[in-house]
Amino acid sequence: MDFAIDYILIPFIKIFIVFNVVAGVVALLTLAERKVAAWIQVRLGPMRVGPYGILQPLADGIKLMLKEDIVPAGADKWIFTLAPVISLVPAFIVFAVIPFGPADAFTIMGHKVGYVITDLNIGVLYVLSISSVSILGIILGGWASNSKYPLLGALRSAAQMVSYEVALGFSIIGVLILAGSLSLVKIVEAQKAAGYWYVFLQPLGFILFFACGIAETNRAPFDLPEAESELVAGFHTEYSGFRFSIYFIAEYASMIVVSCMAVTLFWGGWLRPFPNVHILDFLDAIPLAPLFWFAAKVVVFIYAYLWFRWTWPRYRYDQLMKVGWQWLLPLAMANVIVTAVLVLLLKG
Amino acid sequence: MSTKEEQTLFDASEITVSMGPQHPSTHGVLQVKLKLDGERVIDAECVIGYLHRGVEKLGEAQTYGQFVPTLDRMDYIAAVSNCLGYCEAVEKLLSVTAPPRAQYIRVIMTELNRISSHLLWLGTHAIDLGAVTVFLYCFREREEILKIFENYCGARLTTHMFRIGGTQYEIYEGFQDQVRAFVKDFPKKADEYETLLTENRIWIGRTRGVGVISAKDAIDMGLSGPSLRGSGVEWDLRKAKPYAVYSDFQFDIPVGEHGDTYDRYMVRLEEMRQSARIVGQAVEKIPDGPLMAKMSKIIKPPIGDIYHSIEAPKGELGYYIVSDGSTQAYRTRVRPPSFVNLQSLKRMVAGHMVADVVAIIGTLDIVLGEIDR
Repeated sequence: MDFAIDYILIPFIKIFIVFNVVAGVVALLTLAERKVAAWIQVRLGPMRVGPYGILQPLADGIKLMLKEDIVPAGADKWIFTLAPVISLVPAFIVFAVIPFGPADAFTIMGHKVGYVITDLNIGVLYVLSISSVSILGIILGGWASNSKYPLLGALRSAAQMVSYEVALGFSIIGVLILAGSLSLVKIVEAQKAAGYWYVFLQPLGFILFFACGIAETNRAPFDLPEAESELVAGFHTEYSGFRFSIYFIAEYASMIVVSCMAVTLFWGGWLRPFPNVHILDFLDAIPLAPLFWFAAKVVVFIYAYLWFRWTWPRYRYDQLMKVGWQWLLPLAMANVIVTAVLVLLLKG
Repeated sequence: MSTKEEQTLFDASEITVSMGPQHPSTHGVLQVKLKLDGERVIDAECVIGYLHRGVEKLGEAQTYGQFVPTLDRMDYIAAVSNCLGYCEAVEKLLSVTAPPRAQYIRVIMTELNRISSHLLWLGTHAIDLGAVTVFLYCFREREEILKIFENYCGARLTTHMFRIGGTQYEIYEGFQDQVRAFVKDFPKKADEYETLLTENRIWIGRTRGVGVISAKDAIDMGLSGPSLRGSGVEWDLRKAKPYAVYSDFQFDIPVGEHGDTYDRYMVRLEEMRQSARIVGQAVEKIPDGPLMAKMSKIIKPPIGDIYHSIEAPKGELGYYIVSDGSTQAYRTRVRPPSFVNLQSLKRMVAGHMVADVVAIIGTLDIVLGEIDR
């Protein structure tokens, strides 16, 4: 019975909650994107559907659902249908290891319940490997469309994934050396024990991680796979209706994943600011404090994502490669070496 | 169109991509047939004519006065310039001169139109390179200009601003204040666009060294306007062959050095500031007097021909009119700057990436209405 509760009932409830919250946040994010874009561009953004346009995502969703579902004549029908799903699913299942709060926050009827679905001891590896599957969906979608612009988009995506995945992996290693664990919960706890967020020890690592994260999620200024002014719409040119919106949801979910990872690895996860200053302990008294701090930090990064997109031009394909291989990767490697040597010398 | 199968790297044959006529970045219904090796452009071929309406032929079927509104539909972004060029050409043929008051109004309107045309160019060019926000900033100022146009003649885009022999409308009350306010604010707004682009590393990376054309090549190809001046040739018809009353005003001709996309961007930005400067000078000394020259109501130029060209925002806009002494032209020929500038596309894109093609189409500042006519 205990086994059933611990390994079936509680995880299922958590999965249900996380899935719905993430889906809801994605919907809000589409609105946030339009609103932030509008504010940056001195206009109002959606204002008609509901007060201040807050029901706009709903209207968008209904519109996309009701659209005609077109599969191009020459397309590979199975892969064409499957590709958006391949893109979407990994973006969601990554949330299984993201700690939104302490792993053993409270006890209900003798069962420990925490703010994380499962504290995997190789959480970081899990996130890296699963999220790279997401890009497979983009490549397959572009290939299966049997059209030239999507093909170019897919090729760009493949090249981009290869270049930035490596630097992304290296940028995290500094944190892993400091924390001595691959578990995301342990990494946050290590930051709590240390008394400072790792971003202060790994500023370069953080910048590299976030830059690569933006590239991984195909967002501006690295949004080459869907560069609308060059490739019409890139890999999803031939997609319409709800299939298109699945890609869209996947992109936004991936943005949340990268933001969550940045917060967890570098910005102290659910910890409040100054976790070792006890005068500020009252900050933990607000209800659901860990969730609040976590969400607040994530929002900052999501905003950064939107901010970048609406202010910067887009890189060119060869420049993207140059930035990836000539700057980000060597810097990430140097960061690992310097961190390792310093840790060895100081902790010896 | 079948292309010869050529073996390229990895034994893959090149692919042909038809960019346009429905494409977000071809600025109208331009089709570019691109031959690609991966992302690199091997060859580009422009297909034009999707917007052909026979404007020149219409010039033979309508009287001189009737034809003027049709010209607004050529370069619809700079309708005022089109109108000015034709009116001046016919006036030259008739040997009449518009009165000074009309001339000043013409200069103010044409220069405001140049700013609005360049603003539209800057916005769309920035969108092509992925910077979307600049577009809306540009349209904010463009709106002010269009409001002035609307107040003056009722239309915003296809304005039919002038008449042969002068202008029809008196300036409205508050015109000078509105123009002064715009001219005063504009340099600050132009600085604002620059903060978003000029020193942005990505912007520089996307425009420096892209679409380079040397001064000699540019002249050989017949380029004109900012596309020519970007290559360092100081050639502006407003100074070289002054028309209207441009010789009354102080202004500089900005030129580039390298002839690349970045230089053309800087040239156009500076041109906007210079235009604002001209407007600022003109609005302070609009002379009194009549708006129309003394001439017969029925326009019947003597037998002969005339070529008159002006500096439109996109380059040299020329009109060649042959008159047979009747009320309709025997032949009207337009020398549109976009059409001539477009022919350099093929040379500029060779060896560049797909993403550069849109940058180069953008930097040439073409309008298909003018190319196809």
